[in-house]
Amino acid sequence: MRVNLTVNGERRRADDVWEGESLLYVLRERLGLPGSKNACEQGECGSCTVYLDDVPACACLVAAGQAEGREVRTVEGLADGDALDPVQQSFVDAGAVQCGFCTPGLVVAAHDLLRREPDPSDEEIREALAGNLCRCTGYEKILDAVHSAAGAR
Amino acid sequence: MTSTVAGRTTAATANGVGSSPARPDGTRKVRGEFAYSSDLWHEDMLWGATLRSPHPHARITGVDVSAAVAVPGVHAVLTHGDVPGLNRYGLEHPDQPVLADDVVRYRGEPVAVVAADHPETAQRAMKLIEVTYDELEPVTDAEDAVHGDVAELHPGGNVVRHAPIRRGEQTPQADVVVTGRYEVGMQDQAFLGPESGLAVPDGHGGVDLYVATQWLHVDQQQIVAALGLTPEQVRLTLAGVGGAFGGREDLSMQIHASLLALYTGKPVKMVYNREESFYGHVHRHPATMYYEHGATRDGRLVHVTARIYLDGGAYASSTGAVVGNAATLGVGPYDVPNVSIDCWGTYTNNPPCGAMRGFGAVQAAFGYESQMDKLADACGLSPTEIRRRNAMSEGTVMPTGQTVDSAAPVAELLDRLEGMPLPQPGSTADLRTLPGGVSNTTHGEGVVRGVGYAVGIKNICFSEGFDDYSTARVRLAAVGGQPAVTVQTAAAEVGQGLVTILQQIIRTELGVEQVTILPMDTSIGSAGSTSASRQSYMTGGAVRAAALKVRGALLSHAATRLSRTTAELHLDGGKLASVADGVLADLVDVLGEAEFDETVEWRHRPTEALDPETGRGNAHVQYGFAAHRAVVDVDTELGLVKVVSLDCVQDVGKALNPQAVVGQIQGGSAQGLGLAVMEEIQTEGGVIRNPSFTDYLIPTVLDMPPMNIDVLELADPHAPYGLRGVGEPPTISSTPAIVAAIRAATGKELLRVPVRPDHIV
Repeated sequence: MRVNLTVNGERRRADDVWEGESLLYVLRERLGLPGSKNACEQGECGSCTVYLDDVPACACLVAAGQAEGREVRTVEGLADGDALDPVQQSFVDAGAVQCGFCTPGLVVAAHDLLRREPDPSDEEIREALAGNLCRCTGYEKILDAVHSAAGAR
Repeated sequence: MTSTVAGRTTAATANGVGSSPARPDGTRKVRGEFAYSSDLWHEDMLWGATLRSPHPHARITGVDVSAAVAVPGVHAVLTHGDVPGLNRYGLEHPDQPVLADDVVRYRGEPVAVVAADHPETAQRAMKLIEVTYDELEPVTDAEDAVHGDVAELHPGGNVVRHAPIRRGEQTPQADVVVTGRYEVGMQDQAFLGPESGLAVPDGHGGVDLYVATQWLHVDQQQIVAALGLTPEQVRLTLAGVGGAFGGREDLSMQIHASLLALYTGKPVKMVYNREESFYGHVHRHPATMYYEHGATRDGRLVHVTARIYLDGGAYASSTGAVVGNAATLGVGPYDVPNVSIDCWGTYTNNPPCGAMRGFGAVQAAFGYESQMDKLADACGLSPTEIRRRNAMSEGTVMPTGQTVDSAAPVAELLDRLEGMPLPQPGSTADLRTLPGGVSNTTHGEGVVRGVGYAVGIKNICFSEGFDDYSTARVRLAAVGGQPAVTVQTAAAEVGQGLVTILQQIIRTELGVEQVTILPMDTSIGSAGSTSASRQSYMTGGAVRAAALKVRGALLSHAATRLSRTTAELHLDGGKLASVADGVLADLVDVLGEAEFDETVEWRHRPTEALDPETGRGNAHVQYGFAAHRAVVDVDTELGLVKVVSLDCVQDVGKALNPQAVVGQIQGGSAQGLGLAVMEEIQTEGGVIRNPSFTDYLIPTVLDMPPMNIDVLELADPHAPYGLRGVGEPPTISSTPAIVAAIRAATGKELLRVPVRPDHIV
């Protein structure tokens, strides 16, 4: 089948999509956007978090066909040219990135949190990011990064 | 900070050793532009899939691939007969089939591989392969495997290694004796980036493999043997690694993808999904441990006797080395005059087990630290006081007879932990701070707080006489009017930040800001494994040594150009200077067209094998120490635990990058928390019951408490910059500290980790 969607502000088309493919597969393997990650592909880890019509979603749980005509914003669409989004910059500066496989999903989830709550408490950050697994950092520096991004916005 | 350069002390270089510059790959990682092994793509590439045994132990009586081969889009279906070289591989013993031939020994063992033009096609074809099995009785208990009357799973029996350690009197008398039987469940590394890679045939019978691994050269050796090729024909490049923690020390898809690429003549990508990942890598050895501790009435250890059984599962992997660690570190960071330890690593039909962060020291620490608390109770001492009375220190003789010849600040770690502030009592007003969280399971009723302490010890670098080395090439030249250095090694960056540290070392030694770390590949000699907390020490040491050779050559070049003697010159912040006259010239001017290019193979001081009868020997290079204090709130009615704080003091010798050091302590402590209260691969008759992140739980941001962290820097004179490996120690003491805190809250004995609600209520 063919899927038409808007990705990071650009109209995109994917052809010969098998009906069982996920939005994540289409992004990664057909549209050249592997930034959204495939850590579990079962909606448990949040590494594939993208905005779908402005709402964060696990791209692995969205069938490709469900994205028809919709707007997707991935981690690749957060920076403004060379200028990183404050969330991205804070993750780098705070040491919240180790292996980085969770990072794209966490960056999108934290970006979404800060749109809703510009100055979140620790507890609010924890609840908001509870769907994003990280195996390297123990999360402390991720909390630091989100606080620091909140201050920078 | 200061460093000594050519006999003189100069100011620290910006972004050098001891600072925390940004990681060179950080920006690409936050932009989603860093290429992990599962992100790779090649025109015309095929997708591989692996058919795995559904049985933990069975004889294969027939394999029919005809239906699979007939599926449109399928390019190859391969079984053991298609392996051109040795159909065996393994880290220490080549005992594992590339593709099963006669017998399968674990649920999940690869039997056949498929390449097709779409991953779904490959999966469907794989399911059409007909394999017939005669099921055999699985061996699933490690103690039975050693002592019982069970089937021999490999020639030579089911004991991979037995390591005895004997010191002092073997039948000592003590005033106070405590015993216990402890169990550690099978933990998974649960790295987030799945096993994956891309194999590209070169058209001349060889292959280029891009893969996430911990040790390119040991992968290459095993692939070469299986494919019947030469090392020149099998070239490996490190692709982006999404975490490792030991789970990428063994091969997963490397040989399979290479085989498929060579048979089809096309690039082949393989990516495991999360379920397959649980079958696709080794895990932490589950352990059963019998401990007896004897002490004087005032709590001074007289003896430790232990039997430790580590279940290695179907294939040996690194079981031998894990046994060595559990045995030699089996009494913990304590001075014990009389020791008798026996540690066995076994074959069973459980999932294969091998390396995971902490590597044998984690299991033993749950045993010996549980015992120390029991002994404290029996002697009427506090948990910290009994540890202080027995704490080892520099000069202590280990049960192996090895004298600890650098800092071992066990008592100081405890003192500093006790000095840290305790968290405030929990608020019952905010559900989010209570066990069960927003599940609304308690408003504070039945919630009891507990505090626990633990200390751990870990050997750093490879031990027991292993020829452990790393190779580094450092090249200095002027590029675009600036001095620039490139560093080449084969050391796997797995997320820990080695690439940052190597840049820092160059800046400190050569005063050059612009440092490029080349892609890691097998075109240079081995760097050894990214494991055993060894890469800062080993590849850091190698890069430093190569940089010093470059500096020596540069100074003699500069001496000629500046009409000075080499001895009077030194490098100072990108300039050449002399003692008498200060700055003489910019480095870039002195360089001119010259290029300095040095390659060094660097070794740590040698170690010795353990005596097979007594366990005597100077087996370890360096010891690392960390201690934790955990505070928990336990809902004693429901058995739910909330870890309220987890504080850590660790000696790192020298923090090359303080931010990365703290990140290792936080992340390592989280993995220890996981083992304490949630993480276990549950097996039943050899079959994994929970191969998913739905059922295998790792800590989320809700589970990890805030940490107070105190980093000591007591230099080890034998190590580069005095550093002490950082990655593993915090994983070791975290688990027993949390369990001790739960015991303090509940009064329960808690002889097994992970602690489950039904152990508490």
